[in-house]
Amino acid sequence: MFSPSHFTAVLLFGLFASTVFGITQRETPKRMFRYGLYCFCLFVGSAIVLSWVMYLIAR
Amino acid sequence: MASTPSKPAPTAPAQQGFVFLPLIAGWLIPGAGHFLLRKWGRGALLAVSIVCMFAIGLAMQGKLYSNAHDILEILGLLGDLGSGLLYLVGRAMGLGTDSVQLTVADWGTRFIVVAGLLNVIAAVDAHNLRTGRKS
Repeated sequence: MFSPSHFTAVLLFGLFASTVFGITQRETPKRMFRYGLYCFCLFVGSAIVLSWVMYLIAR
Repeated sequence: MASTPSKPAPTAPAQQGFVFLPLIAGWLIPGAGHFLLRKWGRGALLAVSIVCMFAIGLAMQGKLYSNAHDILEILGLLGDLGSGLLYLVGRAMGLGTDSVQLTVADWGTRFIVVAGLLNVIAAVDAHNLRTGRKS
């Protein structure tokens, strides 16, 4: 059984989802790459921010 | 002087045939719609992303939805069906039948559903390429 940490799961999820988003939502390779990178940063960044918010709420 | 009528540009092989073929092929096999349109790089990246996401979901002991008793299961089943043959082969091989008892297995279930939804997006993209809405 593959048992990644929560953060690894977020990285994998963000990588695959942003690859598909980049390819399907933009037309040129350069714009695809930039949009994919943008989506990946949003996935990972929002996960980190929300994790801190939940940590602070729980205290 | 009469001008000679210009010949229409020959249609590319990918633009011939049934207009919904890339959509259906892309749904059944991730990336196949783009392969039919000779978008090899895009198709390969889509196929790798979607198949890996589905396989990792199963490796995390995620569940393949098989019945539709309530609204959440219906939505999960619809998401899973987006994976096309991956879902059908997984069901036929008896994968993803265990009940979810671990947190990781719950994430795996989400991976499988999202892989199906991403495959639908990729298939619609192939259809848009086929109809000329996207280049």
